[in-house]
Amino acid sequence: MNSKLNTSGRPLFFLTLLLSLFLSFSTFADTITDAAEVQHHTASTEKAHDANAPVDIAAVAFEHILDSHSWHLWGEGHEALALPLPVIIYSSTKGIQFFSSSKFEHGHASYNGYSLVDEQIVSADSNENVYDFSITKNVAQLIFTALILFLLFTSIARAYKNTGVTSAPKGKQSFFEPLITFVRDDIAKTNIGHNSDKYVPYLLTVFFLILINNVLGLIPIGANLTGNIAFTFVLSVITLIVTNVNANKHYWHHIFAPPAPKALYPILVPLEIVGIFTKPFALMIRLFANITAGHIIVISLVGLIFVFKTLWISPVAVGFALFIDVLECLVALLQAYIFTLLTALFIGSASADHNEDGIHNDEDEKAVAKH
Amino acid sequence: MSSLFILGSLITPSIGLIFWTTVVFLLLLVLLGKYAWKPILTAIKTREQNISTALASAESALNDMRELQSNNEKIMAKAREERDALLKEARDAKEIILAEAKTKATKETDRILASAREQINTEKNAAIAALKDQVAILSIEIAEKILKSDLSSDEKQKALLSNLMKDVNLN
Repeated sequence: MNSKLNTSGRPLFFLTLLLSLFLSFSTFADTITDAAEVQHHTASTEKAHDANAPVDIAAVAFEHILDSHSWHLWGEGHEALALPLPVIIYSSTKGIQFFSSSKFEHGHASYNGYSLVDEQIVSADSNENVYDFSITKNVAQLIFTALILFLLFTSIARAYKNTGVTSAPKGKQSFFEPLITFVRDDIAKTNIGHNSDKYVPYLLTVFFLILINNVLGLIPIGANLTGNIAFTFVLSVITLIVTNVNANKHYWHHIFAPPAPKALYPILVPLEIVGIFTKPFALMIRLFANITAGHIIVISLVGLIFVFKTLWISPVAVGFALFIDVLECLVALLQAYIFTLLTALFIGSASADHNEDGIHNDEDEKAVAKH
Repeated sequence: MSSLFILGSLITPSIGLIFWTTVVFLLLLVLLGKYAWKPILTAIKTREQNISTALASAESALNDMRELQSNNEKIMAKAREERDALLKEARDAKEIILAEAKTKATKETDRILASAREQINTEKNAAIAALKDQVAILSIEIAEKILKSDLSSDEKQKALLSNLMKDVNLN
């Protein structure tokens, strides 16, 4: 096992030291797929129909984790039920094009000179550059959850308008109000201080968007949006921008003139500049890796049944999968909280007035102690 | 080869999702910020302020009530004191009046008694005077009668005396 791992996986593992969790997984993925080297997912899932062929759990797992041009609901091969999604591509030669993903017939057919290889749209013309702006499964879920959040919170806002502020909150209002006040008081106010009100809408949006997508990702047919690096990348870039735009002179002073001997500046200043980016980078990796890892573990546990080809393993597999699923429910909430908390912390440390910092912290601690 | 490629695509952000996430997130941020977070946060803040002012006013109302109560008690105590003073005054007045009445009555009785005694004395003196007159008249009458009768014999003298005595008795 290890020899195979070393021959096939070594360059990648150096690149993905952060994702060490995948190490064990791809080991066993390689052993399974070794015999039948697959070209793309659909081919491997079709192979799964043949009872004697080894099941490519890795392909199945990554099919669940990665983005897709169609929304696969259930079934395999010809019995599969998948919703086609719109494909939008910008081509350097043909401009913007728009068509349904059903034209690709799950990678079996090419359309207009384009074909779908490993969920990548490839042009037959080698001179043509294709940029894929398709409404993929993840984009569809993103739009869907954004819509849900908008309808949910505007209806809550209406409830406040209708019942006024003199009556106690009811229904949705009373469920979400503690969460909103938690983000406002315990995340924003504790970490940012006196001018935290400005950042509360951003923190609330981030918190609820991550939370709802974490939860939907746990449902088998849901998309793994928060476990996609593009999504976490955008959120952390926005956090990076918000943090640095609102940073005060103490923050910049600390970066370009750190309290150290001037001789060390050639080392310290580049380090501090790198530090600006490592914080949001860690934010991006943390959410992505946590959610992806959880999904891989669940799929791997269920996949044990197909790997061992015996039903006797199922109580173990299902039991562990259930345990991890329950854990993932906690992780879904926890990661949304951590992302929001760290965003608030970065904004707070960049915009906090250092002279008053101690005083504010004392005040905050007093406020916390009162609660 | 396959899983290596998949792992590569796992950590390579796709341009499409970056684009859509940016668009959708910023749109969501603006829309939620305007139509949801702003009214919700304002409402929560207003309610919190309402609650704190309500609590403060309840506290002050309680204090006011306590003050009022203590004031009431003070007023009651004062009233009680006044009542006691009034009662005492009345009692004193009564005693004074009674004493006055008593002395007046004693004086009146004394006066009446004195006048009665005077009257009695006057009447007595008048009666004595009248009696004196009567005695004088009787004495004269007796003397007259003695002078008129025969005073020769002893028998006659005795008879005369007994007759005189009869007359005196008749008187």
